[in-house]
Amino acid sequence: MTTPLLTVRGLTKRYGARIGCEAVSFDVYPGEVLAVVGESGSGKTTLLNCISARLDATSGSVAYTFRDGAVRDLADLSEAERRFLMRTDWGFVHQQASDGLRMRVSAGANVGERLMAVGERHYGNIRDTALDWLDRVEIQADRIDDRPVAFSGGMRQRLQIARNLVTRPRLVFMDEPTGGLDVSVQARLLDLIRTLVSEMGLSVVIVTHDLAVARLLSQRMIVMKDGRVIEEGLTDRILDDPHHAYTQLLVASIPEV
Amino acid sequence: MSPLLSVRGVEKSFTMHLRGSVRLPVVANVSFHVAGGECVVLGGASGVGKSSILRMIYGNYAVDAGAILLTDPESGQTTDLAGADPRTVIDLRKTRIGYVSQFLRAIPRVPAIDVVAEPLLSRGVGPADARERARELLARLNLPEALFELPPATFSGGEKQRVNIARGFITDHPILLLDEPTASLDAENRDVVCDMIEAKMAAGTAILGIFHDDAVRARIATRIVDVSAFSARRAA
Repeated sequence: MTTPLLTVRGLTKRYGARIGCEAVSFDVYPGEVLAVVGESGSGKTTLLNCISARLDATSGSVAYTFRDGAVRDLADLSEAERRFLMRTDWGFVHQQASDGLRMRVSAGANVGERLMAVGERHYGNIRDTALDWLDRVEIQADRIDDRPVAFSGGMRQRLQIARNLVTRPRLVFMDEPTGGLDVSVQARLLDLIRTLVSEMGLSVVIVTHDLAVARLLSQRMIVMKDGRVIEEGLTDRILDDPHHAYTQLLVASIPEV
Repeated sequence: MSPLLSVRGVEKSFTMHLRGSVRLPVVANVSFHVAGGECVVLGGASGVGKSSILRMIYGNYAVDAGAILLTDPESGQTTDLAGADPRTVIDLRKTRIGYVSQFLRAIPRVPAIDVVAEPLLSRGVGPADARERARELLARLNLPEALFELPPATFSGGEKQRVNIARGFITDHPILLLDEPTASLDAENRDVVCDMIEAKMAAGTAILGIFHDDAVRARIATRIVDVSAFSARRAA
């Protein structure tokens, strides 16, 4: 039996009396894409921030299996260890590319920065790797010295993905990565994510309110409402045979998924 | 020969929470088996629950009661899919159960040949070999070569169906579920699909299918299971 990469147990986050998320438990296994769906305010992003060590939980645990097999609770890691995880083993793709990119430095530097964080010092190597990654995310080589402020929304999002994947992370968190993009731009981005995830064998936790995105990318799905998990299981089963009233409402509310 | 697939006392209903929680019974007491080398055809009128049975066996629909037992042809080990966790179902789909759905779910931007090759890639076959095998199957199904590198979204119904069939037949799953694979095909391509089904049967695959075409049924069915005997709608 494979060990889960991430083990979440009884995770609760309260903002004063208000519930962010409550008693959430699940596992993420190597190479699998888990979608977290639900409408705005259901606690998806709070959950994502807690499991990616960006936000401290009120109670519960999140354990991560390191490359050497050691399983450690995120709460027990030092700040330096957490930061190292975020820069190497993990990626985080924000809905707003400007939250995940440095908008005032070049595209090449955005990709190269994470490489330098893992110890790469040779300028030629960094530039070559950056060029290779820009090509993989379909950004033309002659844009390497341009700053992302000059890029379209879709290009910025692809650059953000390159910046995250250049260190070959094992686990990538994505918060509505296709939100706010035109459908055609969205299709291209989804295709790219799908291809990279399968080529690199990545594990992904993706938060989305778009069930079509969940259908396309994920094998398993969690449905959240009012901070709680109300239904979970195989993505296609939840979409084709939803059991909970709220899931049925979500599925019935879209033209076709 | 012992059955590769054994369905025992399976029951399925839908509860429509948005319609005053009305319960729609679909099937009850579904029991039958399929051995390797057989092609069992589900019979009965439209709406009787044939596709629902296939979907339960693929794990796409949840099962209310009963067991769906899959026997590994090599080890003889049996797994109950009805109560299996999601990761087990995913693994069973990869290794044991193939499924040709009624309609192809096209993925934007992915060319037909890659749609077909994908199940082989996920089983660890190299990209060049997988694409070559996909090319052979699409050619055998008379899909014009000019379409191979195009995404199937704009294909005709019959063309999409052939892509779907090629995708389902490219692997050697011991169990193959077919939901009206010949529905939108012309006579020539229907014969090709029958040939392909017969080749799978000869190789020992257990096939369970829905075919409305009498000529196809007469040619390939080794047995017909009448689903109206299990239908819960009539009783409801």
